[in-house]
Amino acid sequence: MRLAYGEEQHLFGETVRDFLAAHCTAEHVRAAWAADTAVSARWAELAKLGVTGLVVPDDHDGLGLGEEELSAVLEQAGYAALPDPLVEAAVASGILAEFAPDAGWLARIARGESVASVLLPGQAFAVEARAADLVVVGIAPADAPAEIHVVDPADCTLTAQVSVDRARKLFRVGFDPVPETLVASGPAAATALARAADRGALGTAAFLLGLTRRMLDMTVAYAKQRVQRGVVIGTHQSVQHHLANVLVKLEFARPVVMRAAYSLARGLPSAPRDVSMAKIYAGEAADLAARNALQVHGAIGYTEEHDLHLFMKRAWALTAAWGDASRHRARVAADLLGDAPAPMTPEL
Amino acid sequence: MDLEFTAEERQFRQEARAWLTANVPAEPLPSMDTEDGFRRHQAWEKRLFDARWAVVSWPEEYGGRDAGLTEWLIFEEEYHRAGAPGRVGQNGIFLFAPTLFAFGDTAQRDRYLPAMASGEEIWVQGWSEPEAGSDLANVRSRAVRDDAHGGWRLTGQKIWSSRGTYGHRLFGLFRTDPDSRRHHGLTYFMVDLASPGVTVRPIAQLDGEPGFAEIFLDDVFVPDADVLGAPGEGWTIMIATTGSERGLNLRSPGRFLEPARRLLDLYRRRGGDESLRDAVVRAWMDAEAYRLFTFGTVTKLLDGGRIGADSSVNKVFWSQMDVESHATALRLLGEYGELDAGSPEAVDDARWLDGFLFALGGPIYAGTNEIQRNTIAERVLGLPRAR
Ligand SMILES: Cc1cc2nc3c(=O)[nH]c(=O)nc-3n(C[C@H](O)[C@H](O)[C@H](O)COP(=O)(O)OP(=O)(O)OC[C@H]3O[C@@H](n4cnc5c(N)ncnc54)[C@H](O)[C@@H]3O)c2cc1C
Repeated sequence: MRLAYGEEQHLFGETVRDFLAAHCTAEHVRAAWAADTAVSARWAELAKLGVTGLVVPDDHDGLGLGEEELSAVLEQAGYAALPDPLVEAAVASGILAEFAPDAGWLARIARGESVASVLLPGQAFAVEARAADLVVVGIAPADAPAEIHVVDPADCTLTAQVSVDRARKLFRVGFDPVPETLVASGPAAATALARAADRGALGTAAFLLGLTRRMLDMTVAYAKQRVQRGVVIGTHQSVQHHLANVLVKLEFARPVVMRAAYSLARGLPSAPRDVSMAKIYAGEAADLAARNALQVHGAIGYTEEHDLHLFMKRAWALTAAWGDASRHRARVAADLLGDAPAPMTPEL
Repeated sequence: MDLEFTAEERQFRQEARAWLTANVPAEPLPSMDTEDGFRRHQAWEKRLFDARWAVVSWPEEYGGRDAGLTEWLIFEEEYHRAGAPGRVGQNGIFLFAPTLFAFGDTAQRDRYLPAMASGEEIWVQGWSEPEAGSDLANVRSRAVRDDAHGGWRLTGQKIWSSRGTYGHRLFGLFRTDPDSRRHHGLTYFMVDLASPGVTVRPIAQLDGEPGFAEIFLDDVFVPDADVLGAPGEGWTIMIATTGSERGLNLRSPGRFLEPARRLLDLYRRRGGDESLRDAVVRAWMDAEAYRLFTFGTVTKLLDGGRIGADSSVNKVFWSQMDVESHATALRLLGEYGELDAGSPEAVDDARWLDGFLFALGGPIYAGTNEIQRNTIAERVLGLPRAR
């Protein structure tokens, strides 16, 4: 029984953290706001670290790792509010590895030459669809078999949307499914889409943990330095308690995310429920961190001049993305209250 | 990560389950805070002890099984799952014993541990005083040297001692240096509550039972053999005990998993709107999150790490979770929620109402949650001391 990332996962995370501390500062995130696409020269650098191809099989130039490593890395990406579509790369890679391993996409993603976007059933918008080289589209109508298509964004109508977080480039994607783009259909496609959605939700949960920690760190630092009425505001109990509450939320969300990574990586039957829990807990931690960070920063936090908003807005965006809390709660409820008896303490 | 249990651990679980299934009383025992209930809980402790399930994590020489942390957690899961009685000896076994193992001498361990494990001697905590609640360093009860008899004479007053009404021995802090202030000059004593000069006044808790006691000490003699650690070191030793109380010792996940599961069952029976459904699901998820968090803590400990102020994070979480899940149960029960035990139509013999009243103490004892948040802010997050 061990609930902790392994040494290698840990070291990998640290490497990414150090890289992002230098190459994805708040200034870089701001720059992504102003640009057409968040994807920049950094993408190739991330590829050199192995990050874009983390879950790409090793015979396609990837690292062939799984959800535990992915989570460890995405937590660090969240700490930096990395705008690049890493979650999408991971989700697309899983599908391509299963249904289109020989089309060359996998190696190009791993080498940082291609950017993938995804649009799964239940998702309204695709991130970075215009800058992407491919969009993995899943359709799951109620009355027909599920299908997965890999499409060229050039063949789609893309309608740019405006996210509260300008670093997120969102698009409505219109396209006509044709046989040439079809890579999978039927039950296998449906299963793969469900797993892909879980991977996206899990990755996003890990990202939210990082965002939470970042907002907490920023706020602790601010509370130690800001003086009012002659004293540092961090000496006030109400301020301390706001931050303590955030830490409690974070500390309890983290093991939930880790366990979801564990379950998903091994395809355990509880994985969907575990992932939903992870998304709910991480989303709540990030939401509380954002609100309390804003409150403790006061008016300066209420501006776009201060960096805090870059992190808060990502937190709000990602809490809604990949299934919002009510969707995930309903899924946990269905699992717990369905026809099977309430789960006992796991027998394992 | 490896969230599987080993074959030995699974075997241990089966063994515990089998014994509990065969031995847990079919009918719940009366409250341990009644005279009859106290005796019957003591008898249950003895039965556990005789089968070597009373103190699984202790060394075998004291009646334990030398079980590791993971096995202990497994045992606790099975214990609560089986609906076994609350542990009347818990303050001794889970809070005081780890301190006694760490700071006691061999004679003290040999003298106290077996009787504690078998339920023969029930220990009570003596920290709080009328003027020392959250500010424990304000302890005023004092101990004066009695060289002629090789010991100390204790005078003062303790209050809110759980199980104090029927318990046998008290561990607590007394001021041995009359000129000392705050956390200096305090000494950790073990006091026989049958000693001359001790007066115990029961206090009814929220549920009406005499769960608390006020304990008056008037020139009570305590021999040197019953001083834990060196005189003047009481504060440091106390920190170890209260850390156990906030941390995982007193509140194993098993304790919350079972009520969470029962809550799901209650919802299936009674139904409710979406907000109730979400609250029920939340209660289950929180218990599960607590379990995972605990596995994380255990991993850290097994890797040689320590838990210090982190136990405050733990305490805030479990105490809130416990209140919320019981409040949810009462919402599910609607009008029946107010029915107390003994009422003809009380659902589940009012155990949810009982549990709610009990849970409300959680944010107060083991250091109030306000104090825990101060600790988190200052000791974990590194904020400057509150003014
Ligand atoms: C069910 C139960 C069992 C107990 N069992 C025992 C036992 O066995 N042995 C024992 O010794 N004691 C026991 N206690 C007592 C418990 O330890 C104290 O109640 C607790 O330490 C708080 O002290 P107090 O009640 O004097 O409250 P106070 O310290 O007077 O606090 C009152 C309120 O003020 C707040 N407050 C106080 N100081 C601060 C501060 N610095 N910052 C912010 N807020 C503050 C508190 O959080 C609380 O909300 C028990 C209590 C309960 C409820």
